[in-house]
Amino acid sequence: MDFNTVSDLVHLAWLAGAACFVIGLMRMNSPATARNGNLLSAGGMAVAIAATAILLLVQPTADGSVNGTGWAIVVVGILVGGGAGLYSARTVKMTAMPQLVSLFNAVGGGAAALIAIDDYLGLKAVPDPQINVATVLDIVIGSITFSGSLIASGKLQGLIAGKPIMIPGGRIVTAALAVITVLGTVFLWGGNLSVPVMLIILAAALIFGVTMVLPIGGADMPVVISLLNSFTGTAVAMAGFVLGNDVLIIAGALVGASGAILTKLMADAMNRSVLNIMIGGFGGGEGTQTAGGGASGAVRAIGADDVAIQLAYAQHVIVVPGYGLAVAQAQHAVRELAELLEERGVDVKYAIHPVAGRMPGHMNVLLAEANVPYPQLREMDDINPEFERCDVALVVGANDVTNPAARRPGSPVSGMPILDVDKAHSIVVIKRSMGRGYAGIDNELYTNPKTGMLFADAKDGLAALTAAVKAL
Amino acid sequence: MSPELLSALTVFVLAILVGFAVISKVPATLHTPLMSGANSIHGIVLVGSMFIAIEATDLPSQLLSLIAVAFATMNVVGGYVVTDRMLQMFKKKPVAAKPAEQAEG
Repeated sequence: MDFNTVSDLVHLAWLAGAACFVIGLMRMNSPATARNGNLLSAGGMAVAIAATAILLLVQPTADGSVNGTGWAIVVVGILVGGGAGLYSARTVKMTAMPQLVSLFNAVGGGAAALIAIDDYLGLKAVPDPQINVATVLDIVIGSITFSGSLIASGKLQGLIAGKPIMIPGGRIVTAALAVITVLGTVFLWGGNLSVPVMLIILAAALIFGVTMVLPIGGADMPVVISLLNSFTGTAVAMAGFVLGNDVLIIAGALVGASGAILTKLMADAMNRSVLNIMIGGFGGGEGTQTAGGGASGAVRAIGADDVAIQLAYAQHVIVVPGYGLAVAQAQHAVRELAELLEERGVDVKYAIHPVAGRMPGHMNVLLAEANVPYPQLREMDDINPEFERCDVALVVGANDVTNPAARRPGSPVSGMPILDVDKAHSIVVIKRSMGRGYAGIDNELYTNPKTGMLFADAKDGLAALTAAVKAL
Repeated sequence: MSPELLSALTVFVLAILVGFAVISKVPATLHTPLMSGANSIHGIVLVGSMFIAIEATDLPSQLLSLIAVAFATMNVVGGYVVTDRMLQMFKKKPVAAKPAEQAEG
């Protein structure tokens, strides 16, 4: 086969790969077909990469020789990167999975930026305007997503404090960096070829990524990661323009757009706007103080033994797991307690709020990992009517998603869909302290006369309950 | 505007529209796997990284492209494997639950 035939076939293979990505994403919209969709997408990726290798093998080079070093780079890079990816993906604990996804996103954005940087360093003259625009955009977006995703990952991993970090004058620094980046970008777009300016933009964009994510709280990280994921897609599409490669453009634009929609869906589920999250922090003076109503009432503390008796002699118990359970990695402890109660004939269900855990859907994954039977996991709309008939609602590390204040206007959580925990006959909350959730307001549920507070770490509290039930 | 650029722009815009359309009403349980799955797809940047690696002749280029290839491969391999691990749990559950139900009944 001559080179042109091979080249045509390779382009067709890329097209097939791109089609697999689209169909794969569509199939990932529904639980029944999701895994199959991911495999289809992976298959498309394998075809696209194999086709690229074939094209590079038969591609005639300038002097007719094979670039041995180039191939060594490809092989070594694939072995090292693939090994690192495979090892981390297979060994990561399910609780640590969100930060790993963020890390993968960081390296993807980094690779896209590197392509443009390499291309720029090799320039001898100002390229066509469209290439120039794409190259600079690729460097800027890729760098922001690289450093931003690393910070997001570090926050979730606990390497960097999860709470919003406010540097004095931080917003001014962020704004200044943005201005530097934009001015530099416009300068280069204006037809100037300058490696120093490119490096300044690169540095400014990298630092901008850091200062953009630092002030955002850990609970908002899922939305941030999803947004950065969308950025990476855009950066990859730009890399496609730089290299004149359609499959990069298709896949990048596909992820950029679908990631943007997904980000909006996630933010909607938390009743937040993406802009609000990116500007950083809840509240910021918009009516936080008007929450009002009953939050000043007394709190009733309760001991593990009392709770154990309540649970053991109940008929219906609903467990409400939240962020605190994920942080304490108490998913196995909660399953043990539930099994023990079931042995005693108690009917146990789990109420899963759409944004419970560290990411939307994360709680389902965590509980599934702990072998909690699937039929016991109930979605919010499904379980809410059942709270009225439930004897004990056991809230483990969930806060804002149970706050009845959300039903009234005038509170920062107003309008957020909540679990109707307050309708249960009796409520037990396992919580470390009276600390507030990320909405920064008091939870009226805790001062409800029906509520008993068991002050403990989620894991320790559940272990104490299990021991107490066993002792009955 | 060259025909190549025009066709690239066409592809770009249509792919964006497909991306918007492809995400419909996703249940919240699938948000995380879906994000992770989309995350793996932009690992396609590996194709671009391979191109620059093969064309690299000077040391800076070789270093940059080596990092790019390693980064992109990590994105691809890790992304798909971790997504599959997440989705595996969704699939396993109904099967594991059935014997338990039968035992009770």
